[in-house]
Amino acid sequence: MLDLFIKTVTQGLIYALLSYGIYITYKILDFPDLTVDGSFPLGAAVTAVLITNGVNPYLTLVIAMAIGAVAGLCTGIIHVKLHVRDLLAGIITMTALFSINLQIAGANMSLLGSDTIFSLLPLGDMGLIYRKLLVSFVLVLIFKFVLDLYFKTKNGLLLRGTGDNENVITTLAIDSGNMKILGLVIANAFVALCGAIVCQEQRAFSATMGTGQMVFGLAAVIIGTTLFKRFSFVKGTTCAVMGSIIYKTCIQAALSAGLPANLLKLITAVLFLLILIVGSIGHKGEARS
Amino acid sequence: MIELQNVSKIYNQGDITEMCLFDNFSLTIPDGQFLSVVGSNGSGKTSLLNIICGSIPIEKGKVIIGGKDITKVPEYKRYRTIGRVYQNPAMGTCPSFTILENMSLADNKNKRFGLTSGVNKKRIDYYRSELASLGLGLEDKLDVKVGSLSGGQRQAMALLMSTLTPLEFLILDEHTAALDPKTAEIIMELTDKIVKEKKLTAVMVTHNLRYAVDYGDRIIMMHKGQVVLDKENGEKERTQVKDLLTIFNEISIECGN
Repeated sequence: MLDLFIKTVTQGLIYALLSYGIYITYKILDFPDLTVDGSFPLGAAVTAVLITNGVNPYLTLVIAMAIGAVAGLCTGIIHVKLHVRDLLAGIITMTALFSINLQIAGANMSLLGSDTIFSLLPLGDMGLIYRKLLVSFVLVLIFKFVLDLYFKTKNGLLLRGTGDNENVITTLAIDSGNMKILGLVIANAFVALCGAIVCQEQRAFSATMGTGQMVFGLAAVIIGTTLFKRFSFVKGTTCAVMGSIIYKTCIQAALSAGLPANLLKLITAVLFLLILIVGSIGHKGEARS
Repeated sequence: MIELQNVSKIYNQGDITEMCLFDNFSLTIPDGQFLSVVGSNGSGKTSLLNIICGSIPIEKGKVIIGGKDITKVPEYKRYRTIGRVYQNPAMGTCPSFTILENMSLADNKNKRFGLTSGVNKKRIDYYRSELASLGLGLEDKLDVKVGSLSGGQRQAMALLMSTLTPLEFLILDEHTAALDPKTAEIIMELTDKIVKEKKLTAVMVTHNLRYAVDYGDRIIMMHKGQVVLDKENGEKERTQVKDLLTIFNEISIECGN
């Protein structure tokens, strides 16, 4: 039971990195970024191929992030420079990435027997599930502080302002389109990082592992921000982490209750719908936005 | 100086709803002039402002600001020397930002938006004194989110933010229209004060004929993309609201209303 709990929390923590990305695109920029379903397996594919070629697992995370950033850049340019609608821009990149991921790593790839970021750490004979918990917790914490700091910088204010009131940013003589592109770049770097860590955690890559990841991230961010909106001291990044853990726990509970694993995405979708309905009921009471 | 030279603006070109608003339209606004623009709906007042700021493209002609041809310069770059306040008070501020964050953002215009702290604590006293000049008590609410302020308070903030850094031109797009008469009066007086203090070249579109008559040093009336009345200096001072209304009525009769 304790093992299952730790595994679930670990899952929530790992996927919190993806939630950071969705928090930036959806919550800050108000951009429904479907690139995620492609950039998540992209990160996984990159890390899988690099690890089997003997590259240091930690270094593969950095490379995965960089390549995820490029995916975000593509969506950004398609949307901002070529004036394609936000949802469609994401779908275009996502579709293209499916083939690219197949080219990089094939349909499936196993990392059994390879070292990962979890097994490499010199932590003595500490059990693997505790290593996973520790590593994911530390990573989530580090990136939370980095993001929180960034949001308080001048550039961070610009990014938040672009989503809040694009017009203000334009009258500040700033190209708000570039800020959107920057947001997509950062967000998809996080998504690819998450994909890479999930791949190392499962020791397997599959080309279809991206399906439904955007919906998961949205659900996590909406749960987190809805639950904690009354507490103004709770930062958005914290909401994303908490939402992610809560959502993974709900799904684990559903599976433990006997729902077959094949229904996982169906549960994900239904839970997401419920969250949207509950969230919109909560919104009606607000006078000023 | 703002110059529009032989500007043509056609909406929905090539479509059945094609509408030519400006045909060879020219207007010169000398440095330091405070110009009021009046006219009925659809006469081209807001389009005029949008053309100056580059918010909409033009089909023909030139836009020249400070001697430079900026016809092809994108909108955001034009705001380096232009400040703009909109009719809708929500347009000029970031609602989920605090007053302090909004002021910091505006204060950094034309500087680098790098990775240094977004709020410069050394400037807080300056922001306080600027906010105090509005007389709305906002200087004591630095940590309040702007989204929870009233329309008048937000518009006052928008005006302050758009003129916080050095600028040359101020574009006012019916900026008192959404406010109650008393708040509108406060905002209008504040506008006049800022324009005079900073020696700005200002263009104000308004439906309030009294504001057009009382403030500024030139008044033009627009109709169907043309200037039908243009009064400056002494002539402008002798112009009264009822004179403007007379012309308004004549135009309406012409149009068969």
